[in-house]
Amino acid sequence: MDKYEVVIGLEVHLELRTETKIFCPCPTTFGDEPNTHVCPVCLGLPGVLPVLNKRALEFAVLTGLALNCDINSHSKFDRKNYFYPDLPKAYQISQYDFPVAKQGHLSMQTNGETRVIGINRVHLEEDAGKLIHSEDGLYSLVDYNRTGVPLVEIVSEPDIRSAEEARVFLEALKRILLYTRVSDCKMEEGSLRCDANISIRLKGETELGTKTELKNMNSFKAVQKGLEFEVERQIERLERGERIIQETLRWDEGSAETISMRSKEEAHDYRYFPEPDLVPMEIGTQIVEEVKKRLPELPQEKKERFVIQYGLPEYDAEVLTSTREMADFFEDCVKGFPEPKIVSNWVMGEMSRHMNAAGLDFCNNKVLPEHLVEMLEMLQQGRISGKMAKDIFAEMFSSGKKAEQVVAEKGLEQISDQGVLEGIVEEVIKNNPGPVADYRAKKKKALGYLVGQAMKATRGSANPQMVNAILRDKLK
Amino acid sequence: MNLYQLKIHEAHELIRDRKVSSEELLLSVLARVEDVEGIVQGFVTVTGDYALKKARETDQKIDRGQKVGPLTGIPFALKDNMCSKDILTTCSSKILKNFVPPYNAEVFDRLEEQGAVLVGKTNMDEFAMGSSTENSGYFSTRNPWDPARVPGGSSGGSAAVVAADEVPFALGSDTGGSIRQPASYCGVVGMKPTYGRVSRYGLIAFASSLDQIGPLTRDVRDCALVMNAICGQDPKDSTSAPVEVPDYSSFIGKPVKGIRMGIAEEYFSLGINDEVRKIVEKAIARLDSLGMGKVELSLPHTSYALPAYYLVSPAEASSNLARYDGIRYGFRYEDSESLLETYKKTRSVGFGTEVKRRIMLGTYALSSGYYDAYYLKAQKVRTLIKSDFDQAFEKCDVIVTPTAPTVSFRTGEKVRDPLQMYLNDVFTIPVSMSGLPAISIPCGFIKGLPVGLQIIGKPFDEGTILQVAAAFEESMPFEDMKPGFGSYAKGGA
Repeated sequence: MDKYEVVIGLEVHLELRTETKIFCPCPTTFGDEPNTHVCPVCLGLPGVLPVLNKRALEFAVLTGLALNCDINSHSKFDRKNYFYPDLPKAYQISQYDFPVAKQGHLSMQTNGETRVIGINRVHLEEDAGKLIHSEDGLYSLVDYNRTGVPLVEIVSEPDIRSAEEARVFLEALKRILLYTRVSDCKMEEGSLRCDANISIRLKGETELGTKTELKNMNSFKAVQKGLEFEVERQIERLERGERIIQETLRWDEGSAETISMRSKEEAHDYRYFPEPDLVPMEIGTQIVEEVKKRLPELPQEKKERFVIQYGLPEYDAEVLTSTREMADFFEDCVKGFPEPKIVSNWVMGEMSRHMNAAGLDFCNNKVLPEHLVEMLEMLQQGRISGKMAKDIFAEMFSSGKKAEQVVAEKGLEQISDQGVLEGIVEEVIKNNPGPVADYRAKKKKALGYLVGQAMKATRGSANPQMVNAILRDKLK
Repeated sequence: MNLYQLKIHEAHELIRDRKVSSEELLLSVLARVEDVEGIVQGFVTVTGDYALKKARETDQKIDRGQKVGPLTGIPFALKDNMCSKDILTTCSSKILKNFVPPYNAEVFDRLEEQGAVLVGKTNMDEFAMGSSTENSGYFSTRNPWDPARVPGGSSGGSAAVVAADEVPFALGSDTGGSIRQPASYCGVVGMKPTYGRVSRYGLIAFASSLDQIGPLTRDVRDCALVMNAICGQDPKDSTSAPVEVPDYSSFIGKPVKGIRMGIAEEYFSLGINDEVRKIVEKAIARLDSLGMGKVELSLPHTSYALPAYYLVSPAEASSNLARYDGIRYGFRYEDSESLLETYKKTRSVGFGTEVKRRIMLGTYALSSGYYDAYYLKAQKVRTLIKSDFDQAFEKCDVIVTPTAPTVSFRTGEKVRDPLQMYLNDVFTIPVSMSGLPAISIPCGFIKGLPVGLQIIGKPFDEGTILQVAAAFEESMPFEDMKPGFGSYAKGGA
């Protein structure tokens, strides 16, 4: 096995989160009644013409910039011709030789190592509709709601060297793309789709081996599993002295194997040619500069900054920057409560634990940064104990109430008043002569019992550190 | 004079002065259609009821004091490749025999806004592929000057119904000469505007980089009026140009002294009929006598235009016509076992011979391994042809040529020889390939058959073309020449 090298390149299709479709004003909403978001243009009726949605182009430029690509100042659309019922014009408006962006890269961490994967191109195209096959196989229905939703296709260089690396690449890519907010990247809804090209060669060989193309992988895990299967299948063939047949394969999740869809001979000739209904695009420096302003700080830079600016451990910085929303939440909290490590512990700990349990995220949960800041201040001032804070936070999370309100409603505030606590401690000393005697006889354990009695008397709201100090003082 | 014989500007004056209502004008036109349509066969669909409703609406608006525009209440016809909401739009193809669009072509909307009244949809070569209207999937249209002959094509229906006084004007579309050549054969005025001048939205595509809509009228003044209504940028067509539109009527009647007229030798040698050449030379002499300077020049790549056109246009057509697959609308071959069979049989049965020929040509030209040698090479030739014109227009303002090498030919004469048929467009195709504007106007007759003069202009300079055309028309009118319907002639026709 060790004599072989795996070569993988990925093609990722990403639905852009524009409000309207790429060439007509229909909405891009997912999941509505079939054929309700259609018009003559996206249905490809005779005589219609496409008009480019400028926002889609901006999103494609943004995607290119986020992947460190060069933006093609001269870009154009081409027609990709093939017959299928989900493609109403029988051609897809795509880009052939002048994509919006080219020659970029993405760096990622795998096994403690930084790997840089080349990005060959990012191009803009329209999505097709969806076929719904009847159970008896006698007919198929077509839903054209998705037809004309803008897509970018991101093509990696064949720089990926294992199935696992392919998964890590996709995760890193998704993290970046979510940061740019050009797409919601939901593989289960089909807004992110991935095909893979894979070949095997002997280590040290510079020529590429014969590749197969793998389709129909519906999760990052499936990508890894499908590729693992294909790596093994190809190596077994080579070991047996057989040749790899260039073909397109489908990953079958049920049987966990790859199944041949079509051979090279059956491959389509797409007959690409320049789309005459759209004028070539001049993507001037002005547009690129405008879009650049909208390019957010990306995960890698943000992580490095968190380590330096907040003195956080690498691990904390990595977790906090896993989404833009989490990082923003953290930073908003630190602005109000400048103790980064304490904030980090709470955001990564209680906050994430509750969100995971409730299936919520930073966009839709009820705790706002200022709420957490308020609670942390109460904790710092000793008005609540660490144990109380966790209970209060749970209530804040489930009800959306602020810490003050929870404390007031439940009478939870910690007693930190010196005078009040002295009175309570005096009561405890008076009522427990035995343990007091033990303490004075150097049985230190007795102190804990006495503190417990004070806590009991206040139903847990006495400040335990203060009680402790007062007791020691009075029993001197 | 009968109302149906009126030109647009004549009818307009009567409507404006409330001497005639648009309903009266329409009824006269519909009666004329009834009368001669059996001979001409220019319409695929006559929209009588729709027209009557529109004419009455227009009259009511006029009664309420609404301004009467130049086209208000004027009946017209659309070539059947322009979409009309709720009205059958077939492209004269069996594959679209039941297609009723849910939307209007931009040009149709613009004309209706002006109060013009749609009388019907005209016959054409299927998907605008042809030069005789014999490729219609339904029937051939006849030339009103001699019904044994073709009206030209592909806008043969539009040219014939205007020539036969069935409507004052019609819109056609021109990809390689499909307005100008039938205008020439039918003795009417036909203009192909600059590519990008008129919105293509709702024009069922043949070859997208060449298709352009334009008017067919009875005189040059009318042509200017229709141009005023249909030209101008449309946000729904990305290829429509953001170029200001002048008032074309203002060019009519202006003297032409000093306008330089280019004469290109290539247009007088490529298979041109001797008599046609003589008549065109006489027309040129007439323009010369009006004070236009004559500049001899050469357009050396002219002969490559036709072969390049027959690579570029079928290539685009093969893609544009791929959507007619029987799945969503139009004809479907029902008795199929599989998707592939549905596709194959629907398209084999639904398309006519010429359309299939061009789809095959175009598919081949775009195929992997042949693209560079055919499509790409043809596009390079196109650039050379355009640069020929660019250089020529440094020395002149318009170029004057024959529209077609011959007069109208007999029905059936060329159907079996596609190459002979293609040669009809040898003088119009170079202009299309360069995106330039051009007009065809009547300039004489050979044995009772009209000859057309083509006037080519600089990009977006339709004004100068109309100026020259109007001056020629004024100096050499053919007002008294009316089509006689040959042996079909009967009383009053």
